[in-house]
Amino acid sequence: MDFEYFTQLFLGGLTRGSIYALIALGYTMVYGIIELINFAHGEIYMIGAFTGLIISSVLTMMGMPTLAVIVLAGMAAIIYSCSYGYTIEKIAYKPLRNAPRLSALISAIGMSLFLQNYVLLAQTSDFLPFPSLVPNFAFWEPYSHIISSAELMILLTTLIVMILLTLLIKFTKIGKAMRATSQDKVMASLLGINVDQVISATFVVGSATAAIGGILIASHIGQINFYMGFIAGIKAFVAAVLGGIGSIPGAVLGSFVLGWTESFFTGYISSDYEDVFAFIFLVVILIFRPSGILGRSQAQKV
Amino acid sequence: MKPILEVQNMTMDFGGLRAIDSVDLSIEKGQIVALIGPNGAGKTTFFNCITGIYTPTSGDIYIYPRGKEERLNGLKPNIVTKKGLARTFQNIRLFTSMTVLENVMIGCHAITKAGIMGAIFRGAATKAEERLIVKKSYGILEKIGLEKYVDELAINLPYGAQRRLEIARALATDPFLLLLDEPAAGMNPQETMELDELILKIRNREGISILLIEHDMKLVMSLSEKIYVVDYGKKIAEGTPEEIRNNPVVIKAYLGEEIDE
Amino acid sequence: MTAQNEIKKSILASLWFMFLTFPIMVIKVNTVTNSIEWRWHNMAIVGIGAFFLSMLWRYLLKRKEEGRKKDQSDGLSIVQRLLHERRFALPGLMIIGIFTLLFPHIFSMYQTNIMISALIFVVLGLGLNIVIGLAGLLVLGYAAFFAVGAYSYALLNLHYGIGFWIALPIGGIFAALFGILLGYPVLRLRGDYLAIVTLGFGEIIRLVLENWNEFSFGPSGIKNIPKPGFFGIEMSMHTTTIYIFYIVVVLVIFTIFVINRLKNSRIGRAWVALKDDEIASQAMGIDKAKTKLRAFALGATWAGMAGVVFASKTTFINPASFTLWESVIILCTVVLGGMGSIAGVIAGALLLILLPEYMRDFGQFRMITFGAVLILMMIFRPGGMIEDVRKTYKFEK
Ligand SMILES: Nc1ncnc2c1ncn2[C@@H]1O[C@H](COP(=O)(O)OP(=O)(O)OP(=O)(O)O)[C@@H](O)[C@H]1O
Ligand SMILES: [Mg+2]
Repeated sequence: MDFEYFTQLFLGGLTRGSIYALIALGYTMVYGIIELINFAHGEIYMIGAFTGLIISSVLTMMGMPTLAVIVLAGMAAIIYSCSYGYTIEKIAYKPLRNAPRLSALISAIGMSLFLQNYVLLAQTSDFLPFPSLVPNFAFWEPYSHIISSAELMILLTTLIVMILLTLLIKFTKIGKAMRATSQDKVMASLLGINVDQVISATFVVGSATAAIGGILIASHIGQINFYMGFIAGIKAFVAAVLGGIGSIPGAVLGSFVLGWTESFFTGYISSDYEDVFAFIFLVVILIFRPSGILGRSQAQKV
Repeated sequence: MKPILEVQNMTMDFGGLRAIDSVDLSIEKGQIVALIGPNGAGKTTFFNCITGIYTPTSGDIYIYPRGKEERLNGLKPNIVTKKGLARTFQNIRLFTSMTVLENVMIGCHAITKAGIMGAIFRGAATKAEERLIVKKSYGILEKIGLEKYVDELAINLPYGAQRRLEIARALATDPFLLLLDEPAAGMNPQETMELDELILKIRNREGISILLIEHDMKLVMSLSEKIYVVDYGKKIAEGTPEEIRNNPVVIKAYLGEEIDE
Repeated sequence: MTAQNEIKKSILASLWFMFLTFPIMVIKVNTVTNSIEWRWHNMAIVGIGAFFLSMLWRYLLKRKEEGRKKDQSDGLSIVQRLLHERRFALPGLMIIGIFTLLFPHIFSMYQTNIMISALIFVVLGLGLNIVIGLAGLLVLGYAAFFAVGAYSYALLNLHYGIGFWIALPIGGIFAALFGILLGYPVLRLRGDYLAIVTLGFGEIIRLVLENWNEFSFGPSGIKNIPKPGFFGIEMSMHTTTIYIFYIVVVLVIFTIFVINRLKNSRIGRAWVALKDDEIASQAMGIDKAKTKLRAFALGATWAGMAGVVFASKTTFINPASFTLWESVIILCTVVLGGMGSIAGVIAGALLLILLPEYMRDFGQFRMITFGAVLILMMIFRPGGMIEDVRKTYKFEK
């Protein structure tokens, strides 16, 4: 076996997995709190990428230095994604909090459809080229045949985001409130936790990580379009389920497993059915271990 | 007399929490038995284990249809119902988008059999079965005193009536044992009195045995022939209402520690 | 005081949306010429629009809250009353019947063809209505069953020369088999997983059809599928269209008949019960997996038959006709029309298919409108345009 090829695939899978993880976190956190598959989550990621592209183009044309463009465009993407996440929850999910689950799910699908077509109509249906934001670092040159500096950047960013998120959830007040709410919403509100606020915060945090994922992948692949959120969203969802939906470490683990499996599958076997693969994977997991790798199987309280 | 239901050494764990800890219980034909205990003692969980909604971690549940022993562990809820155990839910679970009559008609599901083809062609057998279901369901509603609501949506019923509809629905499955989870919760004294009569009527007229979870002690004491008391998942006492009333362990469990000194 | 408050809130909402839509609605970067187009007028539109919509939104939400407190039972709409009043229902049905019979003779072939498409979607909507409206199973890949039916006919005809009338039931059965195949493993899962898995299934079917050239001829599809025959009689283009129109009408009537019977049967009640409360249903003796599987298979059957008719109508099929969008459109017809309600779904399907046909300008806004419709219906009218009414029974005392 060719070891270098293997390493490449391994690292490629790791990169893919990182991106999935950034999106999967949003799914899993929202699901953990309101038990809803936020279908529109992939669209938030897409909007993050679009905002990043638009703002960075404007700033570049205004003649700003590259570093400033990266920082400002990144911040704009995060801020906008968070705002969209917040607004989506208020419009499409909050009025349905006591409605049957089916209603909220259909509303979520409607939101996804709406946002995709909103960007399609307001911007374009074509693929837009996305500038490579990460330069090729000189110091990394010797290793760049194994993993490019852009990929390295993705890995590092994911790592930092994970650490920050863990700190947020473990130690901050809102993080503790999130954990309490996901355990028992009624109890949490009796204890004086503002559940509405916690839910909004969850959407905002999930959207922020999705936006980071959106920019990273867009600059890595080099192009974006309005449909990019859909398939990435589905795959991230698969990763979240694989790890055990509702579990944050699970989402990360599931994302890496999915990333590696896809990478090795397309590298060694065939790339024709790359997108089908995630779905088959999902079906298999759901049949044999519906609670995922790290999820606890929970009996529904009756 | 032989029991109709026997639970031996049943234990149920949720992760680290032992909600039921090796409990025994048995019910004889035509008996009204009560299961009482403080909040969170594990009473509802006990019902869920017996009716197949949870599979107990260990222990055995037996029933004795026609003298033959049958083990219920691990059977699906619908199979348990078919075998003759019917239940109500503490947090009312009616079919909210259906009418009152339809709710009871659903109870007849297990004892009827029309399938897709039957429904489409609606032959004589299916028609007869449909008529039977409607007639039987209406009869049950009359017996329970809900006939004036037949065509109402279940969700629009007053609270006490909803609780009674749960009983009606369970009766439609033709059970030999009826499991009632806090049927008097949220009822006013008048309604509770009527419920008392209703439960007696069900037992006396049709010989259905009843296992009752209830916090209303007056109701429990007046109805039951035997009482089991659980606390923190453990059985702490069993006996007649008289015995239970005077059992110091039970009094302590209910009133807490402060009574000691 | 309150009016002032409302206006203040609406102004805030308007400002918020102006901010929110700023990069995407206002800025348009042309990456080829490296220039930026600033579309400030869009911001004005969003601002004004958001102001009024926010007013309307809060008014409707408040009305909904109040409506919930009041008694809801007397809320039968005019349409529902018309449907249930024998006096109106019979003549109404007769008018609709005569209109339908004459339709292809009054209107042009172009109109008839559009109507055929719309009626195919009526069948699809009614089929999906079994799965979603009655049994409460959110299936997002329904178009896959439609594809199974269409390809069954196309391929069976290509390889074995099988004709339309034999393919019609076979297509239905194949689709049902696929439904069972997919349903069996996933029906034990929670409802929201089902949505994703069926969505995935739909995509798998489409991708397989696109990539497996030897089997399905890939994206170029299958041509020259024969139109339905009538005892081997040669028919002109015009007559065939009329003939297909009547076939679809009969299929619609057959579908309505079957679903109406199912709806108020033991099985139909079990479906609705499962939708309302799975645990209570099981405690009442309903076999959850089996009952759901039946809904699944039956829903798929109708999609399969609609697929056969579709293939025979267009005489050409390729994977592009069976994408997620088709699934979403069918879902929309059910949600808009009224889940569980037969009249509602028919109205929904006709509206959603015919409206865009006759309002061409509307075409590009079709999908975004559908998205909005799904959200708004769920929030303000979850029962749909024509809400389902449960049957009541008579007693001989
Ligand atoms: N599905 C479950 N998962 C985890 N814990 C559970 C579950 N169901 C019940 N429990 C726990 O088991 C214990 C017993 O609960 P149960 O509902 O049986 O009490 P109960 O005696 O019916 O109380 P009450 O009188 O309030 O109805 C409680 O601590 C409860 O939190
Ligand atoms: Mg209880």
